Amino acid sequence: MGKSVIFTQLSGIYAFSSNYPGTTVDFVRSHVELQGELFEIVDAPGTYSLEGTAEAEKIAARLVEDADIVVNVVDAGNLERNLYLTFELMEKEKPMVVALNMWDEARKQGIEIDLEKLEKILGVPVVPVVATTGEGIRDLLAALSKARVSHPVSSDHARRWEDIGKVITEVQKFSYRRLTWRDALQRITILPGIGFVFGLFALGGIFFAVRFIGEGLIEYVLDPLFQGYYLPLLERLSVLLSRYPLWHEVFLGKLIDGHIDFERSLGILSTAVYVSFGAVLPYVLAFYLILGILEDIGYLPRLAVFLDGFLHRLGLHGYSVVPMLLGLGCNVPGLMATRVLEDKKERFIVATLITVAIPCSAQQALIFGVLAPYGITPILVVYGTLLVVMIFLALLLKYLVPGFRSPLVCEIPPYRLPLPKAVFSKLWIRLRGFLRDALPVVFLGVFVVNLLSLSDAFSYLTRIISPWVAHALGLPQEALLVIALGILRKYLAMGLLLPLGLSVKQLVIASIVLSLFFPCVASFVVFLREFGWRRLFVAISIMLSFAFLVGSLLNLLL
Amino acid sequence: MEEVRSLVEMETGSKGEIVHIDGGEGMVRRLWVLGVIPGKKIEKVSSIIGRGPVVIRLGQQEIALGRGIAQRILVKVER
Repeated sequence: MGKSVIFTQLSGIYAFSSNYPGTTVDFVRSHVELQGELFEIVDAPGTYSLEGTAEAEKIAARLVEDADIVVNVVDAGNLERNLYLTFELMEKEKPMVVALNMWDEARKQGIEIDLEKLEKILGVPVVPVVATTGEGIRDLLAALSKARVSHPVSSDHARRWEDIGKVITEVQKFSYRRLTWRDALQRITILPGIGFVFGLFALGGIFFAVRFIGEGLIEYVLDPLFQGYYLPLLERLSVLLSRYPLWHEVFLGKLIDGHIDFERSLGILSTAVYVSFGAVLPYVLAFYLILGILEDIGYLPRLAVFLDGFLHRLGLHGYSVVPMLLGLGCNVPGLMATRVLEDKKERFIVATLITVAIPCSAQQALIFGVLAPYGITPILVVYGTLLVVMIFLALLLKYLVPGFRSPLVCEIPPYRLPLPKAVFSKLWIRLRGFLRDALPVVFLGVFVVNLLSLSDAFSYLTRIISPWVAHALGLPQEALLVIALGILRKYLAMGLLLPLGLSVKQLVIASIVLSLFFPCVASFVVFLREFGWRRLFVAISIMLSFAFLVGSLLNLLL
Repeated sequence: MEEVRSLVEMETGSKGEIVHIDGGEGMVRRLWVLGVIPGKKIEKVSSIIGRGPVVIRLGQQEIALGRGIAQRILVKVER
């Protein structure tokens, strides 16, 4: 672990990093100039072996083949295990440098590594670094020019661990150290019973912390800003634009009782800006802040371990919790993260579950925003239904897509204190991604809706959408049209539902149908790229049928 | 006295040496690259309720192994 941190330190280009294996599932390139020479550096996904079967591991192995120099990032606190990959790399006979990362932590744990001896045995430069603080990065850069092909290693693979054992006894020594609070916490949170309770609290904690931070930001920061500064500005603009009704309609939307209403006016500058920044952004920020902290502490693999027993019964792998949690932020990184799963079928199932039953943080923000006035029950109905759908769908796929499910085998990293700087740069990059990808689409969506409603197209389109579907779901036809617009961005559709004056029951059904029915454009593209047309169509038929069935069922039941 | 038990049967907190792994080629390979191989000394750290994974400590690393595979790893338990 720590390759991406080193990459960021070397290149100045941010690469995502966390305290668990499998954060990097793709590669990032950048260039650095060194003594007049231009180097292209590539951040590869982590792997235990060059012969791994997960998608991410295959990418790593391919990148090694293409590389001129390999920088082998080794966890100093876990040298023995890391030497396995090191030996495999040595067999490739490529110039190599070993970066001995987390050097400081290893020393604190009482691990002493004889650098000179290790260099001598391997035959390549070994540079101790602390990636998170940047210590040793300069030496690592300087060592690149000294990279060389290692001493030959025995090709007897069956004896590889014995060979590694010999190296370890020569270069590594332990000294006694006292147990710290971290060791204690590590022990306790993995215990069968207490750890389980801890895990449930953690999940509940994530949920409430996100709500608390999100609501706090809205109530104390964003609402005052929007009401106090932005609204007066728009009111003035409204006066100016009153002579140009078309522009007024597009930018500010309709006046509600003679005033601009952020939720119902439906203009680009009014509703689109308010919904994106005032209602959605605070929750997205809150979610990614909490997720980033949990990632850097190293809690996610533990969650995977606790949920493995339950998920295994659903035909899933414990580690699929990680892509699913990421999917709660935005489905796209969730879909990408399925690359850590070993089995193709498993990947497809988890990806389908994410696109069907996991609402992204932006959509959740509006589910909360729309349903909160009616108390907690409707919100619980929405989440409960999605959970039931997910379990049911997982069981269904377990039988429909038969095959061997690989059992969980995962390394649990030690807890680490998250560095505020690392947490905030990760948060910033994720928010920037959200703003850059989502905002233009949402503005465009609002613009199109305005054009449609100005012309006759709106009522025409509404009539095309089958009244039969509308009847089964108990929703007005306009609502179906709006839900269809959710293809662009789900939260856009949630926002557009507000002016329709739906009842609570209709809002609940609309929220669920919107979550289930189709991936947004961004997830659609990623799903297609990762799984191809055939599987995408299978997934989409599942989504459409589930959306219709579950929606109609709720219409009958509620 | 020594006895051989699977990781699942072994008591939490006890230590031992892996003597045999009874798994398919792919499984053995995945465990192999992590260093979970016969001859290694391990400690059972936890066994998650609800038929969850078994967590072992091997050298400096903690590794979680799904119940299915943990049943197939046999350990000579130290007394």
